[in-house]
Order: sequence, then structure tokens, then C-alpha cells
Amino acid sequence: MTRAARLLAALRRNLLAAIPTALGIVILNFFLLQLAPGDAADVMAAESGAATEETMRQLRAQLGLDLPLLSQLMAYLGHLAQGSLGFSPRYNMPVAELILQRLPGTLMLMGFALGLAFLLGLFFGTVMALNAGRIADRALSVLTLIFYSVPGFWIGLMLIVAFSIKLGWLPSGGSETIASGKTGLDYALDRLRHMILPGTTLALFFIAVYARLTRAAVMEVAQQDFVRTARAKGLSAFAVGRRHVLRNALLPVTTLAGMHIGGILGGAVVAETVFSWPGLGRLAFEAVMRRDYNVLLGVLLLSSLLVIVVNILVDLLHAWLDPRIDLR
Amino acid sequence: MTTVPAPRPRRWRVLRAFLRNPAGVVSLSFLILVAALALGAPHLYPDDPMEMVARPFLWPGQNPAFPLGTDSLGRDVAAGLVWGTRVSLLVGFSAMILGVTLGLAIGAVAGYFGGRVDAALVKLIEIFQTPPSFVLLIVLVAIAQPAIPTVIGAIALVTWPTIARIVRSEFRSLREKDFVMAARGLGYGHARIILSEILPNALPPVIVTASVLVATAILMESALSFLGLGDPNLVSWGSMIGGGRELLRTAWYLSAIPGFAIVLTVLALNLLGDALNDALNPRVAAER
Repeated sequence: MTRAARLLAALRRNLLAAIPTALGIVILNFFLLQLAPGDAADVMAAESGAATEETMRQLRAQLGLDLPLLSQLMAYLGHLAQGSLGFSPRYNMPVAELILQRLPGTLMLMGFALGLAFLLGLFFGTVMALNAGRIADRALSVLTLIFYSVPGFWIGLMLIVAFSIKLGWLPSGGSETIASGKTGLDYALDRLRHMILPGTTLALFFIAVYARLTRAAVMEVAQQDFVRTARAKGLSAFAVGRRHVLRNALLPVTTLAGMHIGGILGGAVVAETVFSWPGLGRLAFEAVMRRDYNVLLGVLLLSSLLVIVVNILVDLLHAWLDPRIDLR
Repeated sequence: MTTVPAPRPRRWRVLRAFLRNPAGVVSLSFLILVAALALGAPHLYPDDPMEMVARPFLWPGQNPAFPLGTDSLGRDVAAGLVWGTRVSLLVGFSAMILGVTLGLAIGAVAGYFGGRVDAALVKLIEIFQTPPSFVLLIVLVAIAQPAIPTVIGAIALVTWPTIARIVRSEFRSLREKDFVMAARGLGYGHARIILSEILPNALPPVIVTASVLVATAILMESALSFLGLGDPNLVSWGSMIGGGRELLRTAWYLSAIPGFAIVLTVLALNLLGDALNDALNPRVAAER
């Protein structure tokens, strides 16, 4: 099969599997919204001050809140199809717009954390696998286990104590220096400086995840025949490691890395809250505090869809890289 | 007919393998100590840990009566820490038991029956596993209002898919085995085959994952309490860290100390999981 045909087949298979899942998540979202205390009419009444029993009933009829559950679900799906997630009176703007405004901040932070976790995890994992059972392996195993066990919000606070309060090297919150008037390179560096602490906080857990995955994958690949052949034909250890072992070990690591994307989004809630980073996670936290369920469930829905999309992309990447992946 | 003596030696072998692993033994001892602190809290610190007992902002070591210092309201940090173990362990273990029960039930039915039932349940698992679990957790707790039972239920709801997946794949491979065929041939009912034939053989990976689940649940509870979504009437490690957050500049020990308690407990649970894994799957352990 050619590469293009493989990609198309993978895309078709993925979409067929993803559509029912996405629909299920939308329905779950709808029921959670139904369970949330208070409905849109309550919110509007609270915003406008007093409302009588009569006007409330009219409002509910107008908003379709007195219809049977199934018709309400259909209406919700209809709104979604038009890209509408409802309106947030607290922020005085449509929820979809609010979320899209915050999305780039989260994506940037996630990208930074993922990149850091991937590089360090790959490095740690390879070092561990090549020294399996020796002191370097043991020491790094302990380190990754600690990364595994540390609560993100706590390590975030401790990083603030060390690097912002005691040493004064890095800012303790926000995504840029407010009204600094910086432009160009200075501005980019300023943003980067703001990203280091929250990004590291978010990355720690995933450094541990990737390190463990890489260790297992490298050890598995290193036992395969083609690696022995490569060694036998006299390639240097470095060349074997890079071209034969690591390249093949990357495949399982990326698959499982895709599975952890939801974990990173969840971790972003905590990291963004600790560092007042303007993103989706902080928005979710603010929505909880303000009891703004439309916004909260909008974030849940959008982040779930993001997970689905990323997983499809990872699978497509695989179909691109690995000719063994065929129509299943 | 004499009974087959096979299972017993295996159990002893697992125990011996576990006892040979120093990390596992140390973590288990530490966890027993933590559990003892949780149980003994009312005797060690009979007063309400939310009460003011001394001058605020005593640093650790400043006053021997309060070895870990006091917080901004003059509450004893050591008392809070000891009472906090109760919340962490209660939530951790209850959420694990609930999540494992749910995961076992759904995974067993899906894996045993296969076919359409399996397809439908796999979709259900996927629907619950796709949303970022911490975001889903926040939504559930926010809707159900923060209290210990809702926190436990919500954590179980976001963690059961992990168990269900493992159980399902175990059941799928075990249901084709000879001893299951034999049980079927003897005319055993489905419930009996699932519960007394397949389940005991499917348990080892579940036990390993369960200890990691307790760790996950403790981390989740502490993060919820830190964000102010825990039970407002109880002291927990997460809420202590959250309380110290605004005072990082002047009294960082208030956030640091409960954090160490979380790290040590969760580390012990993860190490226990590793040790159990090595003891229950000796072949994998030998390859490492």
C-alpha cells in the first residue's frame, strides 16, 4: 500500500471510531448540564434582579426549558452544530468565544511542557535502559518515581518559593510582564521566562511517564535481531542506538504519549491556577468558583474533543511512519 | 478425592518474593505507620485541629510543644497533618474500592460475554476515558457539591475505566482456557464461572493497579482540596497547602510540610505497586 492510501485508510478508521465517542461525550455533557443546580432561566433572573413566578415560567417556555428532555437534547445538539456552547452572563460573552480566547494560552503551555517532557523523558529512559540494573538506572528510577508522586500544585508552589521569592530569577505568575512595552525578541524572551515555571510544573509527571515508557521500549527493541545484525556489521554503539534502537522505540512511546494528552490538559488546570496563567484550565477553575456551569461544561467538552483530535493525529503519524500498520 | 494443593504454595511464594524486596517492605511499613496515625488521631490530638492553640506563625522548631509550627490562625500544623491522614486515606481507599468494584463489574461482563455487549461497554469505557480526568472530576464535584462522599464517588467515576480495561482483557483471554471450558461443560452458571473460576485468576494485575489507584486518588483529593473543592469542614493535606499559598513569601513552611506528607505517602503506594508487580509477575521481574 502506498503512503497516501495508508493514511486515508487510517483516517477513515479513526473517524468511524471517533464519531460515536464524540457523540457519547456530547450526551454525557448534556446530562451533566441538566444535573447542575439552576438553569439558564435562574441565571437570567438572578442577573436582572427580581423575577416573579410568572415571568420565570414565561422565560422557561421561551428558552425551551419546559420541553421534554429529548427535545432539549435535540436543541442542544442543534446549537452545538452551529458552534454555540451557550452564553455566559458572568463574562458577558458567548462561551465558545470565551474558550477560543483562552485556548492558545493553554496550547502554548502544553506544547512547552510536552516538548520538555519528551526530550528529558527520552533522554532519561535511554540512559536507564542502556545502564539497566546499574547505579545510573537505579538513581534515575528513584528520580522518576519521585516525579510520579509529587502533586503538581505543590511542586509549583515550591518552585515559586525557590526561583521567584528566594532567588528572584523568574516571575511567579502571569504570561507576560504587564505594560512592559517590550517588542520583538525582548517580548518573546519575556513570555518564555513566564513559561518556564508553569511549564516545568506541568512537565514533571510526564517526564516520569515518558522515561519509564522509553526505558521499556528501548530494552525491548535492543533485544531484536536487526539490532544484533547492526552490531555485527560493526556499527558504532552510538549509531546503533540512534538509528536502530531509538527510532524503533519511538513508535510505542508516541502511541502512549497520545494517551496522556488528557492528563496534561487536566494538569493544566492546576498549573494555570497556581501561576495565574490565562488559559483553559484557569478558566475552568474560575467557572467553578463563579458557579458558571455553561463555561465549565464548555471547557470539558472542548478539551475532550481536543483529546480525540490529538489521538487521531497520533494515529495518522503512525500510519505515516510505520508501514506495518495496515487496515485492521 | 483429595483436594489439589496447588494454590497454597503459590500464595506463599508471592509473599516470600514480596518480603525479599526491600523497597516494598519499607513502603508497606511506612503505610502501616500512616494508617496508625490516622486511626490514632483522636488520641494523639484530641482537640479540634481547626482550633487556635498558640501564637500564629510559629516556625517549625521554634516551640517544642508545636514541632511543626502553627499557621496564620495559630492552629497546630502537626495536628492538622495527623488529622489530614484520615481524609487522604479514607478518600484514597474508598475511591479505589468503589472504582475497582465498578471496573471489575463492567470489565468482567464485557470480557466474558463479548459480542454486542462488549462493543457497547467498550464504547462506554471510551466515553469516560476520553475527557481529561481532572477536568471531569472538577465538573462532577462542582455539580454534586464538595463533601467527602461526593469526592469519593467522583474519583471512582473517573478512575474505573482503567480497571475495566485491564479486567476486560484478562477475561477475554481467560474465558477460552480449558478450566473455563470444563466449568461450562459441568453446567455451571455464568455468575459462578465469572466469580469463582475466572475472577481469582484475573486478579493479580488488578491488585497492582489498585495500589497505584489509591495513590492517584490521594493526589486527586489533595488537588481538589487545594483548589477549594474539598470538604470545607475537614482539615486535609491539600487544603493546608491551599491555606498556606497566600503566605508563601513569609511562611512557606505552611505549604511545604503537608506536601512532603503527600509525596511520601504517594511514593510509598507507587513503590508498593512496583513490588507487588514484581512479586505477582516473576517472569517480567526477572527480565528487568
